[in-house]
Formats: sequence, structure tokens, C-alpha cells
Amino acid sequence: MRILVVEDDKDVAGFVVKGLREAGHTVEHADNGRDGLFLAASENFDAIILDRMLPGGIDGLRLLETLRAQDNATPVVFLSALGQVDDRVKGLKAGGDDYLTKPFAFAELLARVEALTRRGKSDGPTTRLLVGDLEMDLLSRGVKRGGQKIDLQPREFRLLEYLMRHAGQVVTRTMLLEGVWDYHFDPQTNVIDVHVSRLRQKIDKPFELPLLHTVRNAGYMLRSEEV
Amino acid sequence: MDTTPPRSLPKPKAAETPRPRDERRRPRPLIRSAGVRFAFVYAVVFGVSAFALAFSLWYSTVGLLTRQVQNAIHNDATALSDHYELGGLPLLINAIHDRLLAGNPDSEGIYLLLDPLGNRIIGNLDTLPQVVDQPNTWYELPVSTPNGTVLAVMRVYPLPGGAELLVGRDVRARAELRDVLRDGLLWAMGIMLVLGILGAILIRSLFRRIIRDIATTTRAISRGDLTRRISKTGDGDEFDELAEIINDMLERIARLMDGVRQVSNSIAHDLRTPITRARARLEDASLHARSEQDLRVAIERATADLDGIVGVFEALLRIAEIEAGSRRAAFAQIDLAPLIHDIDELYRAVAEERGLTLETSIADSLPLLGDRELIQQAIANLLDNALKFSPANAAISFVARLDETTIEISVADRGPGISEADRDRATERFFRAESARSTSGSGLGLALVAAVAQLHNGTLRLNDNYPGLRAIISLPTSHQLSVVSRQKEI
Repeated sequence: MRILVVEDDKDVAGFVVKGLREAGHTVEHADNGRDGLFLAASENFDAIILDRMLPGGIDGLRLLETLRAQDNATPVVFLSALGQVDDRVKGLKAGGDDYLTKPFAFAELLARVEALTRRGKSDGPTTRLLVGDLEMDLLSRGVKRGGQKIDLQPREFRLLEYLMRHAGQVVTRTMLLEGVWDYHFDPQTNVIDVHVSRLRQKIDKPFELPLLHTVRNAGYMLRSEEV
Repeated sequence: MDTTPPRSLPKPKAAETPRPRDERRRPRPLIRSAGVRFAFVYAVVFGVSAFALAFSLWYSTVGLLTRQVQNAIHNDATALSDHYELGGLPLLINAIHDRLLAGNPDSEGIYLLLDPLGNRIIGNLDTLPQVVDQPNTWYELPVSTPNGTVLAVMRVYPLPGGAELLVGRDVRARAELRDVLRDGLLWAMGIMLVLGILGAILIRSLFRRIIRDIATTTRAISRGDLTRRISKTGDGDEFDELAEIINDMLERIARLMDGVRQVSNSIAHDLRTPITRARARLEDASLHARSEQDLRVAIERATADLDGIVGVFEALLRIAEIEAGSRRAAFAQIDLAPLIHDIDELYRAVAEERGLTLETSIADSLPLLGDRELIQQAIANLLDNALKFSPANAAISFVARLDETTIEISVADRGPGISEADRDRATERFFRAESARSTSGSGLGLALVAAVAQLHNGTLRLNDNYPGLRAIISLPTSHQLSVVSRQKEI
């Protein structure tokens, strides 16, 4: 994937660029808003990682607004030290697809960027999700693995749906809290781990191949072994 | 030994630093003084109403008298005209003659009958006064009669055949009355003017006294003396109300200042520890790590420590954001019931995993005007605590109910609880009871819950659960909240 990083702090930018390249992405970097806007508008990217406070007269919000005004729909993740609720709302209103507050864990940023690019590609509403021999029918709300029906609670269904939509990608606990429960804070208790392990009991336990994997220091990933 | 006092030393302070008092004492232009403006408005209103009163009194009294005289003259003239029509000139002369005779020396009647050539036929005037040249017009002027010169109101009535009849009345008495009235009113006006000025001065000084009290207090506060309060007159009037509002505001400012002070102290104490730990780990690793594995472990641990610090930081910022009250702008009408069901479902699994039971009871509908996310977080914090402190196989009670105008959300556990003495301080930032020192946590959970409750005009109570802790969030329902805020606006 081709990713643009607009970030003025050299250390943070270097760290992010290096990490993204290690994860197999092509990365361009701009250290001010003007260059960032020029690159974003003139070239094609799969995702943009955007700081809010930038030198060069154009801050992150203006950059994004200008981009969206040109009908450029490239997915954008804000990466900002402005972490109040208002700031997040402003960022999303300006057309941002996700908002991550500094300081951040790289695994979280990578997971969110990769999740976004997948979302950007989806064409039309899907009615059926498939990962290995696990299938989910979104219309009848039925889940089967290897032809065997699996009973899920409504919330477990939504959790699995989220994981299946992001199959092959790392999904962090925060992403699950936001995406499945719509919670924008981190509880002290390991609530997500408990719910994921319950889901695992249902979809993995009776079968030989585990599909739901724990990724150390990051989160979870649903994938069939061949991937 | 030199004991000479340094007599000639200048006093640099007084000479160099411009004292702010001087600036304040500089008389401000009169028109810019609100006190003078108020007093002026008062004087104008008072003067105008006094003038209106005097004028209407004057007009009705003097006007009435004038109209009475004119009526009398008119009636007299009509009667005389009747005589003329009945018996011609002779009868008219007779009638006038009778009137002149019947009248005593003080008689008020003034008559003059002229033939068509303008010669006097009869009457107590010698000639028609020069000014009187128009018939059917009122005149008021001094004329000489046999009784001497009198002030008279008169009118000339032309008679058929060319003769002219002048009928008048002596109005000396009326003029005197009018003069008395005028003098009285002038005096009254003078007194009212004095009273108006006195009133204006009184109003101004009253105004200044009240303002001065507020001004000295707020000035002292802006210089840093936050203990000062505006004294109330005790009358319960508007100024009392204003004083109360300002005092409330000062109270809040003082509380916030305390909070800031407390937070900075706490940051100094409570953030130093984890930062020290992270730093020590890194330094230790850089000095003593033998293998890459050692290094990696140390770095990962230090990163975890830093994440903990970031967590504390974010919690602090969040509490500050809540306490600032800015989130009220985003309040919306919500039903807490489904939201609490969600939280219950989220935590039930964890409780079961740990061998605990969550005994939940949630009302069907819990309407609230508030911030969904903050309520979620507050309840989650209470449940986090309950799970953390519960002994094995215990039950946690989680109840949300609607009590007429109050929503009560309570979480009760069977853990060690909080001792009576610590309960008041439990909602302070970074407070951690002795019994909780060994567990993980930042000591910010309950502080956030209390801040959220307060933001919604509610409270957080911590009671004994015999044994354990019962934390109760009470929130006024949406209806009540809007009433309260409306009252505050008034």
C-alpha cells in the first residue's frame, strides 16, 4: 500500500515511516502542511496519516478540508496531540476517517491504517462474509463453520462480524471497544479479552484449525491458516 | 561605630513605581460615571413628573375660573339681548340701569352700551377701551370704572340695528387667586427641585457604596486574596442577589483553584514514582543488560510504565475537561437503560470469568439529559473497582432505578470497602486508601465518577455495604435538570 505521512516531528515521523516500511508499505513523507497538501492532491495514496498541528501555514484540518473539497476520498487517520473530545469530533467532521491521540503505540496506528484501507475498497453491501470454513450470513444472521451451525449472542455476532470484516488484519482492543461497543475510553478491566476468549470458545474450540489469533502487544487477528 | 542614619536615602519605591491606586482615583469624566447617569435620570424623571403635576393643577384651576367668568358674561349678555329684542333700546337701557344700580360698589359687572355711531348711551365705562376693536372676542385688560381701575374680562356683542353692547366682569379676585396659586406652585417647584437634587445625590452615593463594596472585594481577589467575599445587606434585594451570585462564582473559582493546586501537588508526587521507575529500568538496562533479550525486556517494561503514565495523564486531563463544564454544551436527551444494559453485558462476562456474580436490576426507562460517553465511563469505573476489590465467589449488586425525579445507579461489592475516615477524601484525585495500595490503579477512578456526577448536577455517595462499598450515583432526570438550569438563568 502507498501511504503518505504528514508529520513535522522528525523522530515521530522517522519511527512511523520505518515501521510502515517494515510492514511492507510504500511511504512518502512531508514535514509541513504545504508539501503535504501538494503530495496528497497530486499523487494517489491508499491512506494518509495526518498530524493536526503543522508548520507551513496549512494545518492538518485545513489540509484535509481542502482535499475533501477536491473530491479526494483517500482515507485519513489523524495523529494528534489534541486529544479532547471536541478535537476528535472536529477531526472527524472535517472528513477524517479515524483519530488517534499521541502518544500512541505503533501497532495501534498500523492496525487502524490497514483497517481503513480495507474499508475504502469495499464496493457495495456484502451479505456474506467468509474466512476459511467460517461463514456468516448477514441477512439471516446465521454463522456456520464447516457446515456446522454456531449459536452466537447478538454482541458476539457483532464482534465476530467486525473481526471477519477485518480478516487478515490486526484488530486492537481499542478498535473493538469503539467498533463493537461504541466505547471511547479504555476500561481498567480486560473486558475485551474476556469477550474474545468466549467467542473463541464457540468458533475455535470444537475445530482443529484455530482462526482467531492473539497478536502479542497488539490485539487479535482472524485468519485462516493458509493466508 | 557609625550610627548616623542614612537620612538622605531617597525612597525609590514611592518615586519609581506608579501606584495603581493613583490611576483608580483619577476622577473619571462625569458623564462616564454610572452613578451620575442614574442620578441624572432620576432627577429628570422626578422633575418632569413634578412639572406635569403643577401644570395640570394650574390649567384645571385657572382654566375653570376663566371659563366660569366667560359663562357668566355670556349668560348676562344673552339676557340683555333678550331685553333688547322684547322692548328695544329703552328696555335694554332700563335693564342695564337696574344692574348698575342694584350692584353694590363691589359689583363685578361692567357694562357699556354704544349707539351705532359709537356714542355712549349708558354704562359704567366712559368709552370703549382702544384695544377693544373686534366684536365677539374676549379681552382681559385694566379699565377705569367709577370704582377705580379694575382688571376686567369683557366682550363686545353687536346688537341688531348697529348698537353695540359691552359686557364684562371685574376679575381682580380671580387674578389674586391665580397669583397665589402661581406663587404656591413656584415654591413647590423649587422645593421639588431641591428634593430631586437631594434624591439624585442620595441615589448616586447609594450606588457608589454598593459598587465600592463589590469593587474592593473583586479587586482584592484579582490580587490573589481568594478568601474575600462581598458582604450582603440582608435585605434580600437585587443587590443581595447580585452579591450572592458573585460569591457563588468566587466559591467556584476558589474550588477550581484548589483543584489545580491539588492536581499540581499530586502530579509532582504521583507521577514522579512511575517516571522514576521507567527511568531506572532504562538506565539499569543500558548499564547492566548482558544480552539483547535483557534489553528488550527492560525496554518493553519501561514502555508499559510510560503507557501507565500516559493513562494517568489522560485521566487527569479528562477530569479537568469535565470539571471545566464545557461538555455540557454537548448534552443530549438519552435513555440510560439500554446503555446500562450494554455495560452490564460487557462486565457480566468478566464477572463470571472470575467466579463472581453480577446481580443486576435495571429500570425500563431512565431518561436523562447528559453526556452518554461520560456516564458510560463513570459506571464502567465503578464496575472496574467492584471487580477489582471483590473477594472470590462474592456477588456484586448493580442497580439502576428511577426514583421520581432522580436516577440512582448503585454498584455495591463485598470487598474491603473504604473506611469512614477516608470516604470523604476518596473522590480526591490520586487518593488511594491504605487497603488499596497494593492493587493496581491510579486513584483517579472515583474522582472521575464524582466529576461526571457533578457535571450532571448530581452526586456520588459512598456508603458502607456491611461489608464492602456501595457507590451511588444520583442524577436528576432530564426534566429536573432543565428546571434547575432555568432557575439558574433567572
